[in-house]
Amino acid sequence: MAPRFKKRRGVLVSDRSAGVVAFAFGACVLALTGLLAYQLWANSAASRTKFGWAFLLTGSWDPVAGDFGAAPFIYGTLVTSAIALLVAVPLGIGVSIFLAELAPPALSDGAGLLLELLAAVPSVVYGLVGVSVLVPLMRTWIEPGLRMLAPGVPLFRGPDLGVGFLTAGLVLAVMVIPFIVSMGREVLLAVPREQREAALALGSTRWESVWRVVVPYARPGLYGAIFLALGRALGETMAVTMVIGNRPEIAASLFAPGYSMAAVIANEFTEATGDLYLSALVEIGLVLFVLTMIINAAARLLIVATSRKASAA
Amino acid sequence: MSARRLRRRVTNVVMLGLTGVATVLSVSILFFLLGFLIYKGGSSLNFAFFTELPKPVGEAGGGMANAIAGSAKLLLLAALTGLPVGFLAGLYLSEFASKPMASAVRYAADLLNGVPSIVIGIFVYTLVVLRMGHFSALAGGLALGVMMIPIMTRSTEEFLRAVPGSLRDASLALGASRVTTIARVVVPAASRGILTAAMLGLARVAGETAPLLFTALGNRFWSPGVAQPTASLPVMIFTYATGPYDEWHRQAWAAGLVLLAFVLVANAGARLLLGRRVRLPG
Repeated sequence: MAPRFKKRRGVLVSDRSAGVVAFAFGACVLALTGLLAYQLWANSAASRTKFGWAFLLTGSWDPVAGDFGAAPFIYGTLVTSAIALLVAVPLGIGVSIFLAELAPPALSDGAGLLLELLAAVPSVVYGLVGVSVLVPLMRTWIEPGLRMLAPGVPLFRGPDLGVGFLTAGLVLAVMVIPFIVSMGREVLLAVPREQREAALALGSTRWESVWRVVVPYARPGLYGAIFLALGRALGETMAVTMVIGNRPEIAASLFAPGYSMAAVIANEFTEATGDLYLSALVEIGLVLFVLTMIINAAARLLIVATSRKASAA
Repeated sequence: MSARRLRRRVTNVVMLGLTGVATVLSVSILFFLLGFLIYKGGSSLNFAFFTELPKPVGEAGGGMANAIAGSAKLLLLAALTGLPVGFLAGLYLSEFASKPMASAVRYAADLLNGVPSIVIGIFVYTLVVLRMGHFSALAGGLALGVMMIPIMTRSTEEFLRAVPGSLRDASLALGASRVTTIARVVVPAASRGILTAAMLGLARVAGETAPLLFTALGNRFWSPGVAQPTASLPVMIFTYATGPYDEWHRQAWAAGLVLLAFVLVANAGARLLLGRRVRLPG
């Protein structure tokens, strides 16, 4: 959008200097983000030159021998985020549909406010409750239960420790549901009323109008909401660190303890001795940065695409 | 009724019912968290928690007075750095920016907002801690401040943009300069929303743990000034919850309850008092 004020001849000195000051702060945000990327790049130089691209693919993490590979952490981050989305997407879309299509406005606003509060709960609190409620629950009930339902499936092998990929994924799911709902409800509400009315007039049931007309119409925006949630899940640190088990190994079983990129930085950064160790941890931060950058950019493109479509209709 | 019609009706009722179930389930998580923390933390919460220092390992009792003061200090530093920079950058985006520059700044702010908080911690570590040579409250406060900047920038911009152009035109038509118009008409009209966003932003960073782990670090004692490492509630919760002692776990629950109560009250208060419809950028 163009500036709110048209340019005129003879601009006041105070106006011009205010513009310069404001510009400086705008540029400051730009510079800060650039500096962040530069610092991650510069401070991971030792690790990048020593290991190259192999850093992303090798699985050894041996600070004593000075041998570092980020594969187990990348694997852990991807697996836990995938579990989180598998659980949170159906629930989150369901809640969005209920709040946007069925609930009366007062109820929709009230529930929306409660979910905003849920989004505000600090992640260390999720971790605290996860460690003392979910971990014992997983160990005694859910993990043995899943194995009984599907015996012999490699995903459910190994001892029931309570901590591991599945537990971390479930905690993440709870944490990202509010993000999906917050965006999802909005994009569903942006679908023009005529779309619903046309579907109902053709004799579809309420559910058919929602599922076959409203949801497909809002699909890019819903994908945007899911990508936004994915961005959150990838970078989430504390709750995951507390329940994932912190063992740098790639395991096929979801019950096995693992590690995530954010968790290894949180646990080992202050203890990292030697430049190479620290630089390897910074490089993991760089990978995380690039990953969330791509995901968030995709989310925003999708959301913009939906709002364009809605306003054009 | 034909079988097909019956099937469509049943699907309708079942699926719509499931969306209701999903809603009840998601909302009840909040009440479960709150109830559980009150149940576990309430019994460990006492006067000493707010007034005493942590006791040495193995001794019962003690409190987290230093962590509460530390969190307050970190929040103050975050507000001092994050709020003005974010506000003025938002003002720039809404009132002054040319189109290409605006989209560049907006993109940078969104990018910064999406950066995982632990990565912000690394950033401030390399920038401040490495240079000072030690961990400090200043580094922790700056880390939280950096997190606040994009939140403030985008919310300020949004609320300033929502001010009708006719207000600006009226002020200019009366002969006011741009600066006067912005300072006396546009910003006051948007002040409620901006204030709400500032409070929500502070409440969000108040619970952040990851960026403090290697900036403010932690401290078992009082931390004078801003140049020393300082304790903070979130980091204390993390340390105590993952530690091996029962007494630590009790303290962690009490701290969790205090932190959650603060965050929820600040959130609900800001929304109810100032503006219900405020939403922070994702």
